[in-house]
Amino acid sequence: MEFMGYQRSDGTVGIRNHVLILPTCACASESCRIVASQVQGSVNVINNSGCAEVKGNEDMTQKILTGFAANPNVYGTVIIGLGCENVPHLKLKEKIEKITNKPVISFGIQDEGGTINTISKAVRAARQMVADASLVKRTSCDLSALMMGIECGGSDATSGFGANPAVGNLSDRLVDLGASSMMSETIEFVGAEHILARRGATKEIHDQIIKICHDYEAHLAAAGQDCRYGQPTPGNKDGGLSTIEEKSLGCIYKGGTRPIVEVVMEGERPTQKGAIVMDSPGYDIASVTAMVAGGCQVVVFTTGRGTPTGNAIAPVLKVTANRKTYQTMIDNMDIDVSAVTEGETSIEEAGAAMLDELLEVCNGKITKAEAFGFSDVCIDRICRFI
Amino acid sequence: MKADAIMLHADDNVITVVNGAAAGQEVHYFKGTELCSVTTTEEIPPCHKIAIAPIAQGEHIIKYGEIIGGAQKDIVVGNWVSHLNIDSLPRDYSRELG
Repeated sequence: MEFMGYQRSDGTVGIRNHVLILPTCACASESCRIVASQVQGSVNVINNSGCAEVKGNEDMTQKILTGFAANPNVYGTVIIGLGCENVPHLKLKEKIEKITNKPVISFGIQDEGGTINTISKAVRAARQMVADASLVKRTSCDLSALMMGIECGGSDATSGFGANPAVGNLSDRLVDLGASSMMSETIEFVGAEHILARRGATKEIHDQIIKICHDYEAHLAAAGQDCRYGQPTPGNKDGGLSTIEEKSLGCIYKGGTRPIVEVVMEGERPTQKGAIVMDSPGYDIASVTAMVAGGCQVVVFTTGRGTPTGNAIAPVLKVTANRKTYQTMIDNMDIDVSAVTEGETSIEEAGAAMLDELLEVCNGKITKAEAFGFSDVCIDRICRFI
Repeated sequence: MKADAIMLHADDNVITVVNGAAAGQEVHYFKGTELCSVTTTEEIPPCHKIAIAPIAQGEHIIKYGEIIGGAQKDIVVGNWVSHLNIDSLPRDYSRELG
């Protein structure tokens, strides 16, 4: 099966053709926002980190920033830095150039002598890059170039028996067609990790899935914290999900049934094709951020209570199996699979319909969150700022 | 007859009522192809669970055929089952790795 994508110089295939305006740190985020507002075809992200970081946090920030620039939906990147942060703009540029040969240019606010000089240069550079990007045409590409991220958030009981199994069916279909799907949110495996681990293609992968759950709980315990304090969330509880086990048992359906061929760390790019697991938080914004950094060109996001979230780089399709939510949150919902909950259609039929819709989005159909221009980002932390 | 609650696995001791139920309401669900009913003892909010078997304090609550928690106190048939009367249980990862 094929879709119409943008062939990149590094061999990847995008479904969008963005120029990314990327801040090295929080101090450059507002300048990036202003630059993107001046150049149609460019998108910016907010970076709330990038400075006063311990090594573990710096590594996480760099994985996300370089991963964003390397994401196939990005034609090229304009970096803006300050000058005194952990990893200044020229260093970040070098790191990006090590993993992709796509265009990248960078500016420093202290080097350029303030905000106005920097914005002026960055706007000119972004405008030229957008013009270059516009010469790239969509061509027919094999579906094996596609990696779908799978996310859930604002879950209720319908997520577990409606939207997640339907997206799981979609995931199986993609894997059978040679594409990849990535499921994340380690905390939302807890209580169901023994079932998820059975999908591991090898004993080693089985054990990795158990281990990331153990390590996540141990990491929180070392800081005197317990994942059960915030999981399930108050909204999940109102929606009938009483314990982390109950939430997780519903969550893992969204990854489908195919063998898991690789477990990657947060924000890392897989080396295998097929069903992938990424070790990430259950916080949906941080998880989507990490999967997009890991190379997902599109994210399918199941919800019971409804959520507006969008990502600047990858389209995020919102799917609900709660009919009331689809109706009340119509501004934000892309796909209605409530017929599964109501017993009016099968999970297989819902999965087949969703594959058609996913291909439309890959071919250029704009999702609700894209139309709003939403750009939610959260870079995960391993501990406090310093 | 159309069911108004969902039983996800034959071993489950709770069912989920998507649109909620009033106190004293007879709620219908399918156990496989068999139509069953339970009468609620209290109001059940939308998407929440009803006990279809007695669950003593400390016993497991089963949904999807799997353990979703332990009862904080005795739960009787028709009770609302929620975070107010069940608790998450610790995992035994070392046994799962064995």
